[in-house]
Amino acid sequence: MKKIYLSVLALYIGILSLHAQTPIPAKDTTNYKARKLKIDEINYVTAYYHQNGNNSAVTGGIGTEKLSDFANTFDVQLSSLRPNNHKNTLLFELGVDHYTSASSDKIDPNSVSSASKSDTRVYPSINFTRSNENTGNSYGFTGSYSHEYDYQSIGAGFNLTRVSPNKNRQFDLKLLAFLDKWKVILPVELRSSQYGSGSSDDRRPVDYKPRNSFSASFSLSQVINTRLQALLIVEPSYQHGLLATKYQRVYFNSNFTEGVGPDLNIYNERPENLPDNRYKLPIAVRLNYFLDDHYIIRTFYRFYMDDWGIRAHTAEIEIPVKLTSFVSISPFYRYNTQKGTRYFAPYGQHSIDETYYTSDYDLSDLQSNFFGAEFRIAPPKGVFGYQHLNSLELRFGHYIRSTGLNSNILTLHLKFK
Amino acid sequence: MKRFIIWFFCLFTISVCYTSCSTVKPYQKSRLNDTEMELSARKSQKFEQSFQLYREGGSGANGGKSGGGCGCN
Repeated sequence: MKKIYLSVLALYIGILSLHAQTPIPAKDTTNYKARKLKIDEINYVTAYYHQNGNNSAVTGGIGTEKLSDFANTFDVQLSSLRPNNHKNTLLFELGVDHYTSASSDKIDPNSVSSASKSDTRVYPSINFTRSNENTGNSYGFTGSYSHEYDYQSIGAGFNLTRVSPNKNRQFDLKLLAFLDKWKVILPVELRSSQYGSGSSDDRRPVDYKPRNSFSASFSLSQVINTRLQALLIVEPSYQHGLLATKYQRVYFNSNFTEGVGPDLNIYNERPENLPDNRYKLPIAVRLNYFLDDHYIIRTFYRFYMDDWGIRAHTAEIEIPVKLTSFVSISPFYRYNTQKGTRYFAPYGQHSIDETYYTSDYDLSDLQSNFFGAEFRIAPPKGVFGYQHLNSLELRFGHYIRSTGLNSNILTLHLKFK
Repeated sequence: MKRFIIWFFCLFTISVCYTSCSTVKPYQKSRLNDTEMELSARKSQKFEQSFQLYREGGSGANGGKSGGGCGCN
């Protein structure tokens, strides 16, 4: 009997000891804290843009350039922490633009509403980046898509970041490729009788042409001292395919021997024609200086050149003024001067001997001034007391171009965290 | 001559940056980490850069769009 009691007691103590044993966690020597996918931030940017001018390329360099665009993007950034302090970041972005254009309506002025009078562009993208939280180094991949009535684009990219051990210098590389397809819409009077308008109710065929863009961006940022940091960017790019906008008209100073159009009786007008290749080389510098607790100076300069003969200098300055720790107003000014492409001439001034021709004033000699201000509020308890609304930015800019084009843009940016 | 000026400007900027650089410790970066000091365009500039890209011949190296999608209007 004693043996039974002793056995039961031993068993009971054994069971108790099993329950009483709390596992001793293994000592974490890596500081690794696994974290599931969580939302870092959400951004919503919306803008209304309106322009007016009288040099529309659709009508050969004359006529209204009135255009309105309502643009929106919404992005969500998610991240998770992995072993060895690696962080995976996913960025989803969706953009939707809707524009109405008076000049595009002149592609076919006889129709009630031509194909490109208004259009909506939808462009989703996704980026995955893996970064090392200790070193700051990272790499990632991007995929993008864009769709509008007469244009589709598929894009892919790779990004790489290398940070110096003292974290005062950073090198970034971005490689991007866009494979685009464009429906070739011609001005109504230049279409042959067999060529379609491009609208869905017109069964006649239209051409589709590719336009591919490849770019590499090399940037080097450097902390210079406790108040000053700088960034140098070189971004060469190459475009190939249909680079002319075929529904933009060009009028000549004399007649071609052969007529075009449904009745072959148009002699002094052709669709825009530009080379199939374009090499671009922009080089830019940013310099930001923390003047004192109230003023910061943000500057930007860019030199641009391409093999169409365009040379441009762009300079920007923005001075954020901190009214309080959470409220700032940032007036800004941007100046751009441009030597236009050798293929440009105004309405009726192109010679029929020229191979390439355009009357698009965007590519002409011009100077532009852009100025305005941004209001920013980012209180610690959230904007309007809403904890997750981290910041609100409201920005207005007025643009004046020496060719007579004027525009206004109003942008609202909401950041949620 | 113009090319010379451009290259001189680039080299000058780089050399000024590098020769005047001092090692800044992480705890000394409170000013540099200010949101307004970010060395990139603001998100609220995104659509400004888009319309400037279409209304001017120059593009790129400013964090804006460098391809994909037409926006030909």
